[in-house]
Amino acid sequence: MDLVWKNIGSLDNIPVQGARRLCFGHRGRPIAVFRTGEDRVFALIDECPHRKGPLSEGIVSGDAVTCPLHNWTIDLTVGRAFAPDEGGTPTLPVRIVGGEVHVGLPLAAEEAA
Amino acid sequence: MNMISDPRERLVVIGNGMAGMRTVEELLKHEAGQRYRITVFGAEPHVNYNRIMLSSVLAGDKSVDDIVINSREWYDDNDIRLFVGDAVTAINREAKTVTAASGLSVPYDRLLIATGSRPVAPPIPGLGLPGVCAFRDIADVDKMLAAARTHKRAVVIGGGLLGLEAAWGLKQRGMSVALVHLMPTLMERQLDAAAGQLLQRDLDRRGIAFFTDGQTEEILGVERAEGVQLADGRCIPADLVVLAIGIRPNIDLARAAGLDVNRGIAVYDDMRTCDPYIFAVGECVEHRGQVFGLVAPLWDQARVCAAQLAGDETAAFAAQALSTSLKITGVDVFSAGALMAADESDDEITLRDDSRGLYKKIVLRDGKLVGAVLYGEVADGQWYLQLMRDKADVSGLRERLVFGRAFAEAGSGEPMGPDFVAMPDDAQICGCNGVSKGAIVGAIRDKKLSSLSEVRAHTKASASCGQCTGLVEGLLAFAAGVDAKPAKKTLCDCTDAGHDEIRQAILTQKLKTMQAVRAAFGWRKPEGCHKCRPALNYYLLCAWPGEYRDDSRSRFVNERVHANIQKDGTYSVVPRMWGGLTTPAELHAIASVAEKFNIPTVKVTGGQRIDLLGVKKDDLPAVWGDLNKAGLVSGHAYAKGLRTVKTCVGSEWCRFGTQDSTGLGVKLEKMCWGSWTPHKVKLAVSGCPRNCAEATIKDLGVVCVEAGYDILVGGNGGIEVRVTDPLVRVATEEDVLEHTGAFLQLYREEAHYFERTAPWIARVGIAYVKKRLVEDAAGRRALHARFLHSQSFVQEDPWAERAKGADAHEFAPLPAFVEA
Repeated sequence: MDLVWKNIGSLDNIPVQGARRLCFGHRGRPIAVFRTGEDRVFALIDECPHRKGPLSEGIVSGDAVTCPLHNWTIDLTVGRAFAPDEGGTPTLPVRIVGGEVHVGLPLAAEEAA
Repeated sequence: MNMISDPRERLVVIGNGMAGMRTVEELLKHEAGQRYRITVFGAEPHVNYNRIMLSSVLAGDKSVDDIVINSREWYDDNDIRLFVGDAVTAINREAKTVTAASGLSVPYDRLLIATGSRPVAPPIPGLGLPGVCAFRDIADVDKMLAAARTHKRAVVIGGGLLGLEAAWGLKQRGMSVALVHLMPTLMERQLDAAAGQLLQRDLDRRGIAFFTDGQTEEILGVERAEGVQLADGRCIPADLVVLAIGIRPNIDLARAAGLDVNRGIAVYDDMRTCDPYIFAVGECVEHRGQVFGLVAPLWDQARVCAAQLAGDETAAFAAQALSTSLKITGVDVFSAGALMAADESDDEITLRDDSRGLYKKIVLRDGKLVGAVLYGEVADGQWYLQLMRDKADVSGLRERLVFGRAFAEAGSGEPMGPDFVAMPDDAQICGCNGVSKGAIVGAIRDKKLSSLSEVRAHTKASASCGQCTGLVEGLLAFAAGVDAKPAKKTLCDCTDAGHDEIRQAILTQKLKTMQAVRAAFGWRKPEGCHKCRPALNYYLLCAWPGEYRDDSRSRFVNERVHANIQKDGTYSVVPRMWGGLTTPAELHAIASVAEKFNIPTVKVTGGQRIDLLGVKKDDLPAVWGDLNKAGLVSGHAYAKGLRTVKTCVGSEWCRFGTQDSTGLGVKLEKMCWGSWTPHKVKLAVSGCPRNCAEATIKDLGVVCVEAGYDILVGGNGGIEVRVTDPLVRVATEEDVLEHTGAFLQLYREEAHYFERTAPWIARVGIAYVKKRLVEDAAGRRALHARFLHSQSFVQEDPWAERAKGADAHEFAPLPAFVEA
């Protein structure tokens, strides 16, 4: 899949066990970039599968975030809700280059062509 | 219906009330009960309901549906013919038939009379006026509720159990209530003079006006009731007059049928009347010269009568010692047996503590307990009652008995707490429903019950007033064994430890970081979860003020960004208005901010301040900066901390105000703002007992009176409305501040995270809170000092810090730099 990589700046801009929402979205949906207590970084569409709550405002524990609206907990590594809840939110690829975070946006088929 | 082909005997029950239907329920439990074809007549147009809970319906604690005992389906399922709204008018003993008002005539083989009682109506002029009613059935309650909606003043005649509950219910419904009582003290048949006076004092403080020694001469009025005229010349205006001076057995039907009657329908020990085919139970009967107005003996009668109907000729009724309690929230009264020494050979032992509102009296005769009157603390009531019923020799406990069970048994080497092994099976656990230990244990074991609600559903134990809930829970643990014990309440799924042990370890082991706590208790998830992290963060903050650094990443978003997230992801902003006071300059600033940032909704809150709703997150720091310039600071409307201090205008403006309630509210708010607490905290100060600031549903409320300040705690206006418990009356504003600081600190140090003051006090008991805050003055001052110490680290406006740039990452989204 073709990607456009966006540089969103230093990892230090993202709080440990926290997240930032980005100025740009993906196909009209907001993006959140998470940083865990162990400095793992994940990018997800910033919408809880339940009621589209802003996951970027949730509490991050381990590799999971809990939505602030109704306490659904989402696995950051795959974007899926933990049981008994069901559903998911799309994840986006992330890479760290020289301490800076890049988020990869998939190109639509016609854009790639 | 073809009665000829039905081989069953015909049982007809006159009266669809509690005693009659309980007898039917008991009968259905017997296999032999199947031999009856049952027909029930009820004069009221309802299914069978719990009459004792009518006062809870009146007070708004329960709905009519809540107090239904048996639904229509129950009658159908058990093949019982029910005729409601059709009173039986005649019994023909020759023909063995009953005839109802509708003309319906039904033959019987066995007849059960359970016609109950009716209110005593003395010959007072004006009784027939609209606006006068009794307090006996659902129709009466409907009349009272209708009057409460459209009228203001109620007078209740009668200061017994029923009258007091009626008065309290009407007060809860917003009426101003006066109570007229013939005798010098209230509930004189159940309470001695001292307890009766304490009760009057407490209810007087809650706004009920008393006219004791009051003989009602006439109910005044032309179109409807307008007032009550007393014999001594006093006249009380009234829109509603409730007559609650007593009940009298309903015996007309039985008398007309030629049955033996005295005050009630005479019954033998087997619950038969003088006609062996006719039984009688409930408030309509007289047994060995005694008539019955409380529910417990009715259950015994029902059981005996059902056993007799099922063919057990040995079943016999014997009246037992009875206890009384009053269903008024926050007023704890218990009485059983003798109220005072009958002669010089009896002993009375009395304990009285006015500051705690506590009174206990026990009466001893020949080394045995024969009476107990408890006021303010009634937990030991059932224990005293059991000692009386067992006719236990208590001479060895004599000096300690009045101090209650725990103390008496601690001194005697007896086991602490209820000893369920030694407890006899017939020991009564639930006084309202007459359920014994044996019945509960049997049901738990046979039906494999594992929760309180199941035990309630199957046995009815603790299903009425709820006072014995603790005992029933204890029995559940005892009988169901370790397996079915309710799971221990842990902090969260990460640990097996509970709140209290973690808080204690934080202090004793000097744990000062979340990692240290998690390591000490072997947490299953190294970083914890969204449940334990906010709790641990709070516990550490509370334990180590000034030392532990708040972890914003462990806070819920509202507390992290100091605003309330709304469902669309925008935020609301509520500046503090001290005691609900504001100024033109502040209002200008709020108006300008709303216009400048296109804030869509501006609303006045229930806590006397202004909410700006729909603020975009990026705008928050600038909004706060502008508000700060006008002197407005965060109202912490998002915090588990002090929210508002609601006040009325008090003596500065109001013609009823007794103290400067607004000024005191401002002082309280200045002392308490910024504090972190287990859950949100709301205060209020009312300038007089009219209580315009609604102080009685706040976490801590102050009601000013001429003599000082009543401090009330543990109220809640949320999902489960709870009225405050009175804590203490103090003389000065300084006392109010000290008690408030100490109360908040006790709550901060001992409540579980996420537990409001109402459930916390319900859990630990108001007596405990009084012990810490009222009886222990040195302890109170120490708590207050710890509160002020903690406050010295937190009273900085979080908005000002962030308007100046703190935590900027929380508010602005991240831009993309260059294409990578």
